[in-house]
Amino acid sequence: MYTSRKLISALALAGFCSAVFVSSAQESVRLGTPVSEADLAGFDLIAEPSGAGFPSGSGTAAQGKAIFESRCAACHGLNGEGNSAATIIVGGDMQSEESPLRTVGSYWPYASTVFDFIRRAMPADAPKSLNDEEAYQVAAYVLYLNGLVGENEVLNAETLPQVRMPNADGFIDQSDIQ
Amino acid sequence: MKQGKLEKKRQPRLEKVAGNGLLSRRHLLGLGLGGAGLAMSQAVMGQDAGLKLEIPGWSKTPGPGPSAYGSASSHVGLERQSGFGNPLYPGGGASRSPLQHLQGTITPNNLHFERHHAGVPDIDPAGHKLVINGLVRQPLVFDYEDLLKYTMVSRIYFLECSGNSGALLYGGNPDGTAQSLHGLVSCAEWTGIPISTLLEEAGVLPEARWIAAVGADAASMGRSVPLNKAMDDSMLALFQNGEPVRPEQGYPMRLFNPGWEGNTSVKWLTQIKVTREPAQFRDETSKYTDTMPDRKSLQFTFPMDVKSLITSPSGQMTVARNGVYRVNGIAWSGSGSIRRVEVSADGGSTWADALIDSQQLDKALTRFSIPWQWDGSPAVLQSRATDSTGNVQPTREAVIAAKGTINRYHNPCIQSWGVSPSGEVTNVYV
Repeated sequence: MYTSRKLISALALAGFCSAVFVSSAQESVRLGTPVSEADLAGFDLIAEPSGAGFPSGSGTAAQGKAIFESRCAACHGLNGEGNSAATIIVGGDMQSEESPLRTVGSYWPYASTVFDFIRRAMPADAPKSLNDEEAYQVAAYVLYLNGLVGENEVLNAETLPQVRMPNADGFIDQSDIQ
Repeated sequence: MKQGKLEKKRQPRLEKVAGNGLLSRRHLLGLGLGGAGLAMSQAVMGQDAGLKLEIPGWSKTPGPGPSAYGSASSHVGLERQSGFGNPLYPGGGASRSPLQHLQGTITPNNLHFERHHAGVPDIDPAGHKLVINGLVRQPLVFDYEDLLKYTMVSRIYFLECSGNSGALLYGGNPDGTAQSLHGLVSCAEWTGIPISTLLEEAGVLPEARWIAAVGADAASMGRSVPLNKAMDDSMLALFQNGEPVRPEQGYPMRLFNPGWEGNTSVKWLTQIKVTREPAQFRDETSKYTDTMPDRKSLQFTFPMDVKSLITSPSGQMTVARNGVYRVNGIAWSGSGSIRRVEVSADGGSTWADALIDSQQLDKALTRFSIPWQWDGSPAVLQSRATDSTGNVQPTREAVIAAKGTINRYHNPCIQSWGVSPSGEVTNVYV
């Protein structure tokens, strides 16, 4: 019996051979390799509202100010005012008469998303270049600019997900409509 | 030919079925002069145009031989249309399919619409991993080559960005084309492994309710999907119209959630985390949520609505002269198959059933057509689809009345194309 690795020299060959393999085995192949959650610690970036997935470390807005000004302000402005409609991250009022400006402060329902998104996708020109400590600090600064945490409030895996967002009750879950 | 001569002697009897020149779809059913080329056939048969045909040059010289990877004719210049890049948002943006120039129901891979949140990663499949972790008995990691050995299924499905057609809600009067206004929809045959196969191999724990799917692009774009959808018809798509999924569609693998808003079909899929609650990613909270007039926002609005669009004639085209035209377009629904498409030429006052030209597959584009005799007077062409669950495509007025104008997502409204006496076709609101 040849090994799977020898089989794979071309996509077409792989497809052909898998058909033979399955028909003889009478069941689907099972080729996943076991891995431990510990081994995924550096790979799994999901930080949930429950606090699950938040890394160790902590940060304050005061610590995050310098990083924000050097890495984020080019798009988001020194005070989060943005340089375009898409990059404004402070202000806004969901109850305003005109079409509401939707920002982190006025719209986002979970503080966990602020950390999760900064860690996985920001800054846009160099995603994942902030370490966990810096991500906590920048998240704290963004929340501070929105008046949601104090300048020296320490945010970590326990405290950050508990920051209450003004529009937390502004969403209606439609996931049962499928 | 006999049939044609007979028809020519008698005046062709055109059965009118709705106002402003809509003719019975029976005239499209392969009846020679009664068919699609009616106006043109009459012109050709009616007089000697003085054509003297000669053998063309390309019939006298051998062309190039076989090629390694084919391309479109140099005489066909179809292109996706994309907006301006933003240097502060590298790789972000979208491109739209040239719907008005395509026929049938399958979008060529080169022309499938795109939406990226941090550009197209250049992924070496040998270094790509798919992880399944979270609420499973055994977290697993899969290699690309191993995944190719699994039993696969092939299905034809449309994919539509939930922001498609959003410009029509802006309140302005965008002078667009079918492509620029509605080009964030495409359709392909997707081949891959049912997600349920992979989840069952890892062993889903009883308390699990959702999966969190994450891509390997620079944004590590994530979306949460209810577990019941993942176990139903979600697919790990590895092939697109028979070839490995294109990089801009998620090579080497993407999640595919049939019928659901495109963004949930996470490209470059590298992680499925089984969870109790949704992860609340940026792209399911700050984005892809639909703010209603009462300022509450609908979240996880997954299925794409029943919808149709006349692609010819359509915006920025010109109807050259009076005559009979084959009005045609596409229809689709995220809830099932297309059961019926009606067309109006008088802005929705009267309607006639269109002919369905293609297969009516579940959650796939369906092609429709109807003959239309244009007499040179102003017309407004519309199409209205009904799906297999009985849902009927709404008017723009109804969509705005129900959802307001703050929201930019999930606009399935009837498109109105105005035809002026000079034959210019433009987007209009009626």
